[in-house]
Amino acid sequence: MHPARSVIFFTTASGAGYGMMVWLAVLATLGLLPTDLPFGLVAFGLAFALIVAGLLSSTFHLGHPERAWRALSQWRSSWLSREGVAAILAFVPLGLFALCWMSLDRQGDVALLFGIVGAAMSLLTIFTTSMIYASLRTIPAWRNGWTVAGYLVLGPMNGAVILALLFAVFGYDGVMVTMQAIALALLVLGVVVKALYWRHLRVSAPVSTAGTATGLGHLGKVELTASPHDSDNYLLREMGFRIARKHAQKLRRITILLGFVVPILTLGGAMLMAGGAMATILSLLAWLACQTGIATERWLFFAEAKHVVTLYYGEQAV
Amino acid sequence: MTSLPETTAKKLGLVVDLDICVGCHACAVNCKEWNAAGKSAPLTDYDPYGKKPDGVWFNRIHTFETTDDAGQGQTVHFPRSCLHCEDAPCVTVCPTGASYKRTEDGIVLVNEDICIGCKLCSWACPYGAREYDEHAGVMKKCTLCVDKIYNTNLPEESRVPACVSTCPAGARSFGDLGDPQSEVSKLVAARGGYDLMPEQGTKPVNKYLPPRPKEHHKGQRGEDGKAPRMLAHADASTDGAGLIARWVDKILS
Ligand code: SF4
Ligand code: SF4
Ligand code: SF4
Repeated sequence: MHPARSVIFFTTASGAGYGMMVWLAVLATLGLLPTDLPFGLVAFGLAFALIVAGLLSSTFHLGHPERAWRALSQWRSSWLSREGVAAILAFVPLGLFALCWMSLDRQGDVALLFGIVGAAMSLLTIFTTSMIYASLRTIPAWRNGWTVAGYLVLGPMNGAVILALLFAVFGYDGVMVTMQAIALALLVLGVVVKALYWRHLRVSAPVSTAGTATGLGHLGKVELTASPHDSDNYLLREMGFRIARKHAQKLRRITILLGFVVPILTLGGAMLMAGGAMATILSLLAWLACQTGIATERWLFFAEAKHVVTLYYGEQAV
Repeated sequence: MTSLPETTAKKLGLVVDLDICVGCHACAVNCKEWNAAGKSAPLTDYDPYGKKPDGVWFNRIHTFETTDDAGQGQTVHFPRSCLHCEDAPCVTVCPTGASYKRTEDGIVLVNEDICIGCKLCSWACPYGAREYDEHAGVMKKCTLCVDKIYNTNLPEESRVPACVSTCPAGARSFGDLGDPQSEVSKLVAARGGYDLMPEQGTKPVNKYLPPRPKEHHKGQRGEDGKAPRMLAHADASTDGAGLIARWVDKILS
């Protein structure tokens, strides 16, 4: 599948934003979230900025962005529509949570209630995003539980890494260590989920073949000898995108290294230091590596996924 | 509404006979011709006279070759267009309601006035039947010539999809596949018509008829299993030749 830049940015950015919101709510509930205004403004502001930037960018690849509101209408059948509805509904509790936290009612029950509902809505929104992909039978690489698990783990993981950095910058050493511990646990979980996702791709049997696509399988091996057109068409550009196997392997290694291994080492180091300038620098490195790794992971998620329509263009099994 | 109708009054669709199709692309050309001026107009072409011509087509003709265990092969021309599926995934994924299936005849259409061009329906279709128009920013697809088959300005016999009226070989039939008594349903029953990628769960309305079994080694091929020898270049006798030819032959020999 063609890895559209706007979709990669959208899913990683809003995933990270929702992930931050989840942990802000959890820390608030545990009574660990710092209550000072500058921190609140930066943390909530960044989370909202990531969510909004992601949602806006997701409209860029539309042929008619001005009609985007129409996408809210078909939630009965369409996961894309459900995602839109969930994303908009999530703004209500998340906005109230941020407002309450930063103004009147610091640690009051009302703020916490909005926080918990907001966190649940954030996870629900990430889930609906993952289901857009996981519900497509035409792309077996996506139609499995590991797709959902990947989105649900990587968003909160990314959010945790960002929050760990913010706590380091603001010098909240106590809660920083908690956040680092959470981030480390999620980084380990994340690499396990990705490894299992790739294992699933390797071991699962093909769903459709050139034989079933043409119905000529009973005649033996089916091979394309003439394509309907000489140059690329929409189908080949959008659905036929693929990367060389050797690049896929290299990019998987980059994903594992930057997305997980480097952040685990740097965040682990920062945790041992328990504060100070060096801890901040290590947390920054952890975030930079993690962000690059997740972007690579998302690019691969598209580029590696084969669509069954390629069976009409020379592919043997998908 | 992009929820699918429970049932449709008719199941209009095509039957494509792979035994007859000669891969001439006439159906694809006439499809383009009709639809470039009809409901879905224009079917945009990009770089039409340049090095890499490209554009929106609703019907594309592939050619496949099969090889069995004995090494015997067959060439099969394979027209590919929307199958107007009963459980059309392109419809249910659509977030706007632009993609829909008609209750009266089962035709799957796009309302271009509300399509946002998200392309998700083209991802959901296993058959590559939807093509995005980059200029219009909306998705387009085969309409089963909805603006032709009901058009009372046309003579009765012309009220069939453009691909069907144009096929010089008679490889394409059109009718109600929901009615077991219709000509197309009888044809499908008689010839063992089948669904493409049934495992995708789309329940296509269009059916394909398989190539008839080839009787290898009987008549079509020579003793050595290869194609029959060419005729000798010179005839040995004048049996069956005309009067003048026999007379010239007598003079010359
Ligand atoms: S062939 Fe594709 S576009 Fe046509 S109805 Fe079926 S899924 Fe939809
Ligand atoms: S491209 Fe148009 S018709 Fe297709 S799913 Fe999106 S809005 Fe619906
Ligand atoms: S016009 Fe008829 S014979 Fe020619 S490609 Fe189309 S179906 Fe085949």
